[in-house]
Amino acid sequence: MTRRLVEANGLAKTFSSRLGDKHVLSDITLHVDEGEFVSVIGPSGSGKSTLFSILAEQLAPTAGEIRFHGDAPRGTPFSAYMPQKDLLMPWLTVEDNAGLGLVLSGTRRREARRRIGDLLSTFRLEGTAKAYPFELSGGMRQRVALLRTVVQDRPLLLLDEPFGALDYLTRTELQLWLAELCSEEGLSVLLITHDVPEALFLSDRVYVLSNRPATVQMVLEQPAPRPRGLSYLESEQFTHDERRLLDELTESGRRAAR
Amino acid sequence: MTADTVTTGGIRTVRRSPTRTGRARLAVTDGSSLFWRIAAPLLALAGLLVFWQLAVDLGGVDPKTLPSPVRVATSGWTARDLLVEAAGATLQITLSGLLVAVAASIVTATLLSFIAPLRQTLLPLLIAAQSVPIIVLAPLFIIWFGFDAGPKIVLVGIVSMLPLTISMLHGLLSADPDAAALMRSMGASKWRIFLSLRVPTALPGAITGLRIMTSFIVVAAIFSEYVGARSGLGIFMQTQKNLYRTDLVFSAVVVSIAIGLTLFALTYVLEWLLLPWERRRKAAQR
Repeated sequence: MTRRLVEANGLAKTFSSRLGDKHVLSDITLHVDEGEFVSVIGPSGSGKSTLFSILAEQLAPTAGEIRFHGDAPRGTPFSAYMPQKDLLMPWLTVEDNAGLGLVLSGTRRREARRRIGDLLSTFRLEGTAKAYPFELSGGMRQRVALLRTVVQDRPLLLLDEPFGALDYLTRTELQLWLAELCSEEGLSVLLITHDVPEALFLSDRVYVLSNRPATVQMVLEQPAPRPRGLSYLESEQFTHDERRLLDELTESGRRAAR
Repeated sequence: MTADTVTTGGIRTVRRSPTRTGRARLAVTDGSSLFWRIAAPLLALAGLLVFWQLAVDLGGVDPKTLPSPVRVATSGWTARDLLVEAAGATLQITLSGLLVAVAASIVTATLLSFIAPLRQTLLPLLIAAQSVPIIVLAPLFIIWFGFDAGPKIVLVGIVSMLPLTISMLHGLLSADPDAAALMRSMGASKWRIFLSLRVPTALPGAITGLRIMTSFIVVAAIFSEYVGARSGLGIFMQTQKNLYRTDLVFSAVVVSIAIGLTLFALTYVLEWLLLPWERRRKAAQR
């Protein structure tokens, strides 16, 4: 039986300022089971990043709660996140960038480098340990950032549009690779994206957010086994779901315009 | 390892940063090989010296008014013992002042980067202090603290520290807040973020600030001698001027320029040592 890893119940977030209240999230309920790949998709400005920050425990919700293994999270963070920007430090080599999370949480530099060294080939970064970020291609930079996130060994991975800034081919290649990696390593992932095919291709479940203030407008289960190959992109399930999602997302766009 | 061997290992993508390629292109169109970057200013200098020499020789200018370069060189060589002694004294004030300025900048910039209210109150005062001419401050320092080297060193340090302090502070504060948040999520303390993120972010700018400082700290040291010192280039210049030895005044100027240029060049050595990633990046652009 899979265990419930993280759940969010009725999350709401309002930012108050002199200009008035800004309701960003109104009622978000979702969950990630162990080993699951879950995506959250929504139109731009729907509060995806706010939700992300709350799940990363960087921001406290106005209402609602987060549970980890059924309890309120205590002290130790349960998630590691990968932001939109790769945020690689230009002064650190690949191995030190990837090991940053380990070193900052108290691992010795040498030990961190050893663990990164063991993982470089899994992340297709062989031979780059001593390279600086500016010497890498965009896809490699994202893989270093992902390695930095994964190696922290936290129960949940939070990915915020990790491939948004990449060109189409590189993005597709990374998606295929990520699908395999997550299945092989049994990673639990919550991905935030606005790329419909990406969400469908990678996930067990897709949550669709409405416009601001965001609620969960639709939940789409993706029962096809993972990892999926490129042929999944021409399956009936995929094309059907893609149309439904686009329908939903563009409709919510129309509702906002009204 | 070069950029080429790395990129062939994985997926190639279009380079995203337009500024990077833009800068690389600029470096290429400059056509500035190392040779020309050194040779061009030297040739200009040589041309100027030749023109100066000819103008003095052919124009019949009184050497007391404007000595020829050759005369400056020969007189300087004859008086080399005096010049070396004077330069030694000035160099001592300059280097100690430099150390004081660097230490004071590090302390000030660190404190101000942590404490915002202090930043708002102290920074304008600091800038105001810089606007007081050293020529006014120096006699006051002598009155307050005496004739020793100590007060002069402190004076030179205080007067020269602003470019470094400002560039350091700016660098410390301009660290990416998202990177700071990421490090915090990884368990880093405020102090750890300071060391692992803010300091490396500030380093390139701080070296530029240091470079600016070297361009005028020698002048500051010379000025500090004007109000009272036993020896130094400033004292030397004053004495020779009173004796109408314009040629020796010029010799002293040449020596002070040499000290300034050497310090300036040393900042590049420091940059090379402290910023290995910048070193690699510049090498890749060439």
